Amino acid sequence: MEKINTMEQKFLDLVKEILEIEDRDIHLSDNFRDYDEWDSLANLSLVAILDDEFSVVIDSQRFKQMTTLQEIFDAIQQA
Amino acid sequence: MKFQGKKILVTGASSGIGRQVAIDLALGGAHLILLGRNLEKLEETKRLCSDAAQVSLLAKDLNDDDFVNALSSTLHDSLDGIVFNAGKVKVNPVAFINRSDIDDIFDTNTKSNMLLTQFLLRKKKLNKNSSIVFVSSIATLKPTVGNSVYNASKSALNGFAHSLALEVAPKGIRVNTVLPGFVETNILGRVRTEGEVKKHLLDYPLGRFGKPSDVSSLVCFLLSEESSWITGAQIPIDGGFSMK
Repeated sequence: MEKINTMEQKFLDLVKEILEIEDRDIHLSDNFRDYDEWDSLANLSLVAILDDEFSVVIDSQRFKQMTTLQEIFDAIQQA
Repeated sequence: MKFQGKKILVTGASSGIGRQVAIDLALGGAHLILLGRNLEKLEETKRLCSDAAQVSLLAKDLNDDDFVNALSSTLHDSLDGIVFNAGKVKVNPVAFINRSDIDDIFDTNTKSNMLLTQFLLRKKKLNKNSSIVFVSSIATLKPTVGNSVYNASKSALNGFAHSLALEVAPKGIRVNTVLPGFVETNILGRVRTEGEVKKHLLDYPLGRFGKPSDVSSLVCFLLSEESSWITGAQIPIDGGFSMK
């Protein structure tokens, strides 16, 4: 359980870092596409960092179906 | 038949713009040498060409060390035209680029074209009054995010073509560069989502993306004698994208 929590925290921290979110906490249930910080560079950067940090490659067709951070996190855990 | 008897080399001929250029040149009566990495796809291009008897295929990676040897044995006569179309795209924000991706993109988009040109000039395989066309990108005039390495590789290609044009002008050889906007080919379908593509369309004043045939028409014009007073040009073909 502790391992999952660590992974989850690492993932959320990375998302905050990529989107430069400093003023609030984010949660797996969030729809990241609703974030004010979400744009095409954030999109590309998030996909790139998943590859760098978790060795998870999500193709663009699959990524565009995802709306919540939970869906991305599930993809990381299934990899 | 404005290319009757003309011998023209096309790289990246297995799909997209390169395939359409091959089809259009074959219609004009050209003798073609088609280069690509995938023999099956090259054979499909050949089947789509009107006169298959005049088409030679060379399935090689332009970056392979034995590529030049393979070309030497295929290339018996000198060329009247070359279309450098082979290209590779990888979208990544600058914070995530790395040496291996930079090398990979520059090898295909830039270095292989420089070295193939060097080889053909040194071996005197280009006829007087031949025409060289480089397929670059509108990204070199108008960037988009995630495109830095691709843009740099194509911008380097533009610079190479410009200097080359000056060097070979005394031989009557012309060198021009086309800068296509978003053309509906597989290379870009892989790197953008449907939503991104729809949004991107709003940036095209003429209201549509390009088709391989749009670009091929310009490439064929630049290869033909109709453009005999054009050299060193970099021509946008982008439905007005670079104006916005």
